[in-house]
Amino acid sequence: MTATTTPSTPTAASTPAAGLDAPALRDILEQLASRHGIHQWDLGASCSTDTSVQVDRGEPKQMKGAQRSAITVRVWNDAGLVGVTSTSDLSAAGLETALVGAHAASAFGNADDTPAFSPLATAPLPELEQPLRPTRPILQLLDTLQDAERQLLDCHDAIGTVPYNGLAQRLSERLYLNSAGACRHQRLSTASLYLYAKAEETGRKPRSAGAMRLAYGVDELDVAGCIAEAAERTISHLDYGPIDTGRYTCVFTPEAFLDLIGAFSSLFNARAVLDGVSLSGRNAIGQPLAVPFLSIHDNGLHPGNIGAAAFDGEGTPTRRLSLVDGGVLRHFLHSEATARAFGVEPTGHAGMGAKVSVSPGWFEVGPTPGSDGGQQGLDHRSPEQSAAAGLVVIDSLSALHAGVKASQGSFSLPFDGWLVRHGEARSIEAATVAGDIRQLLNAIVGFEGEAKITPDGLCPHVWVEGLSITGDA
Amino acid sequence: MVVTASPPRLQQLDAGLKPRLETLLAAGQAAGADLVEVFLERIDHIGVLAEQDGITSVSPAFGTGAGLRVFRGLRDGFVSTNDLSEAGLLAALEQALGMLGLELSVQTASGFEGLPALRDHGSAKGDWLGRCPDLSEATGQLLEGTRRLEQVGRHLQVRRGSYSRDWQEVLVAASDGTFARDVRLHQSLGLSVLATDGEHRSSIGRRYGSSGRPDQLRHWDVEASAREVCESAGTMLHADYVEAGQMPAVLANRFGGVIFHEACGHLLETTQVERGTTPFADKVGEAIANPAVTAIDEGLSDGAFGSLSMDDEGMEPQRTVLIENGVLQRFLSDRAGELRTGHARTGSGRRQSHNFAAASRMRNTFIAAGPHSPEELIASVDRGLYCKSMGGGSVGPTGQFNFSVEEGYLIDNGQLSKPVKGATLIGEAKEVMPRISMCANDLELAAGFCGSVSGSVNVTVGQPHIKVDTITVGGR
Repeated sequence: MTATTTPSTPTAASTPAAGLDAPALRDILEQLASRHGIHQWDLGASCSTDTSVQVDRGEPKQMKGAQRSAITVRVWNDAGLVGVTSTSDLSAAGLETALVGAHAASAFGNADDTPAFSPLATAPLPELEQPLRPTRPILQLLDTLQDAERQLLDCHDAIGTVPYNGLAQRLSERLYLNSAGACRHQRLSTASLYLYAKAEETGRKPRSAGAMRLAYGVDELDVAGCIAEAAERTISHLDYGPIDTGRYTCVFTPEAFLDLIGAFSSLFNARAVLDGVSLSGRNAIGQPLAVPFLSIHDNGLHPGNIGAAAFDGEGTPTRRLSLVDGGVLRHFLHSEATARAFGVEPTGHAGMGAKVSVSPGWFEVGPTPGSDGGQQGLDHRSPEQSAAAGLVVIDSLSALHAGVKASQGSFSLPFDGWLVRHGEARSIEAATVAGDIRQLLNAIVGFEGEAKITPDGLCPHVWVEGLSITGDA
Repeated sequence: MVVTASPPRLQQLDAGLKPRLETLLAAGQAAGADLVEVFLERIDHIGVLAEQDGITSVSPAFGTGAGLRVFRGLRDGFVSTNDLSEAGLLAALEQALGMLGLELSVQTASGFEGLPALRDHGSAKGDWLGRCPDLSEATGQLLEGTRRLEQVGRHLQVRRGSYSRDWQEVLVAASDGTFARDVRLHQSLGLSVLATDGEHRSSIGRRYGSSGRPDQLRHWDVEASAREVCESAGTMLHADYVEAGQMPAVLANRFGGVIFHEACGHLLETTQVERGTTPFADKVGEAIANPAVTAIDEGLSDGAFGSLSMDDEGMEPQRTVLIENGVLQRFLSDRAGELRTGHARTGSGRRQSHNFAAASRMRNTFIAAGPHSPEELIASVDRGLYCKSMGGGSVGPTGQFNFSVEEGYLIDNGQLSKPVKGATLIGEAKEVMPRISMCANDLELAAGFCGSVSGSVNVTVGQPHIKVDTITVGGR
């Protein structure tokens, strides 16, 4: 097959409905690489079709559809340096332009930190239970969301609107190929629902809260659960009051604690360690990081992780990895290059680029098996445990992009939550929580309740003592 | 993937596309749409990262795409695609029509009278891409930046320089007769450091951006930028954490304008009126801010990061006075906003790319200069916080805003005293705007990125030094 820019030439163009054809892409890449004297290359490709709807007080607000495709090509030049180029143009001409562009960019490759193919790019992939669900007509999505909105509005007189809402479905594919014969391919269907309600009572400030659900298909979404959670959380913030500035024992909901851990994931990130922007040093493995009963794993394979990737941007299989066990830092997240620098195996957390990024997958947080798990029987609803100064329940954190200084370890974040005294919870009007992540990890008192599956991971409620709360009382 | 015939690649978006677009628009109207809009784009991007004394990432990207939007009554359907073949665009139109219960028709009578001559805002910009620095020059400048950081900084553990060049060619055609083309060029460059001394750490960054200035990187004052970043990092390295509480605050000019952007600007977009998430929806003509405050949004300032020759709906931008002497004058509006709220379009329909439907968004947004000197503002505070440099922020659905302070100082008895870090300012838009009681005479703008419903767009924020009588300062 030749690759030219003429309209009649066979090409690697893809449509999500038809899917990515790995053998065809490989054929084209091999021909193009040969033509340009390129001996080593790899490629990441993706395509997807999305449909989504939003509603506003019973009326359709916006309906959207998208067909997306993208590839990233990496090329190693004769000096062993790597260049990269990305494009949304999957025509043969687009691929050729990308390949030539990557080759040109390789002249600026970093000789001190050159990526290589992952040694695990052909290792067996984990079996994931990811049923491919059929997409539904968009007007069916609209009906479902209109009904959900109506039910949520009916939950309480004060709930006047659901200003942020959406029901979406996606059919997507990912592909990884390299010139050494690796071929990874994954298809996935997902659906999501979010409902964020706004409630207001006469003479009082508007309050808002929401909920989200994920599933492999629209038919499997827990719509009723999402409505109930959004309503319960929104209503719980209607009765609000100020909070005095001071230090409090705080109870993080699973969502809030996972947000915080995610914002400070450079603690576990080998790329950040090598770049000098992590709080962890190169020799931190084996050192205490947290209270001796805390465990954190990265486990993209957990069945609760809807949309889990079977492999990373370098083709390395996803796997469960212990990050913290017994409060001790056990492993870093790695790409091929960082793993080579540390003399370990890649862990399946790489992106794809000239400088390969490393990012976490899905966290599991909880007590270390065999440890005493900190204080037992914690219950923030207990009148005895929330007596005196009270407990602050941190339901959701805001503005993590601005209020977290990951390389310094500090955070100062607005939050929604409740002050619980003698078992009675009252929403906090406006407040921030501030601290240092290392101090926080060593001030964990214990865990409350069963771990909950969230979009970002698995976590119980987490009690932390002595955090600084700023209110406007 | 099915191996198919290759669609013709769009080498240029120009008047030659008129017949194809007219066919598409006519088909949409014949199907019963009130209005059909097609947005086409080509992009060419380069990102470069320098760390310490080496180039660690060069990331070129290019692509094409289309966004088709169909209106019927107050409803609209939007479809984006990378497939710009005739069949691909027709399929996208069919999908968008289907969202509104419409179908492509064999009837050709549409009432569509065809497109006028192309309004080409990009005709004089054809050489912009070629005039930008090539990779050798760009990498050289960035390495000069990190070298200067090393020269002027102390305790620097990490030195980084980044450069981003985004070239975009857009063409907008709509069945109301809109037919316009533009070429955009946005460049941004930044320096950042992490300083460490034992347990003390400070991370400081500065970003500079422009539009339509191919020579920006060549004219960059590397020395001044490096000194600014290093001085700030050095000052904050041993700073104490701020003591939390309610206090007056003086916010410096330039990026201090993020307070207006977050606390009020977003709430003056018609997207917020549509959602019912702005407390100012019915306040036009009423005082919503202190009389000291006049606020403007415009897309006209030469070279500013948020400037445009036309918005992403083909309308030329305006200078929009949002608030005059504390009184709300008007909202920022796009096509859908005008349709659904009645607020006339202001050339503010913006989107990150073809993947997003345009929405009313800010451009260059600032509080106008006042009569005071910055020193007068500081002298008027007995005890409070001086925010010299701001980090990012956000606003929630009930008007609660927040933003972080990157470099702060305590004010004691009208004088700047020790540096403090870790401050986050929070408040309610309705409450804080009346508390901006003094504006200085030193208005300056700063480049930034704003993320919202239609993606991340280039903006500038700005203000002179301003004084907020009291605000909640979160800290330890």
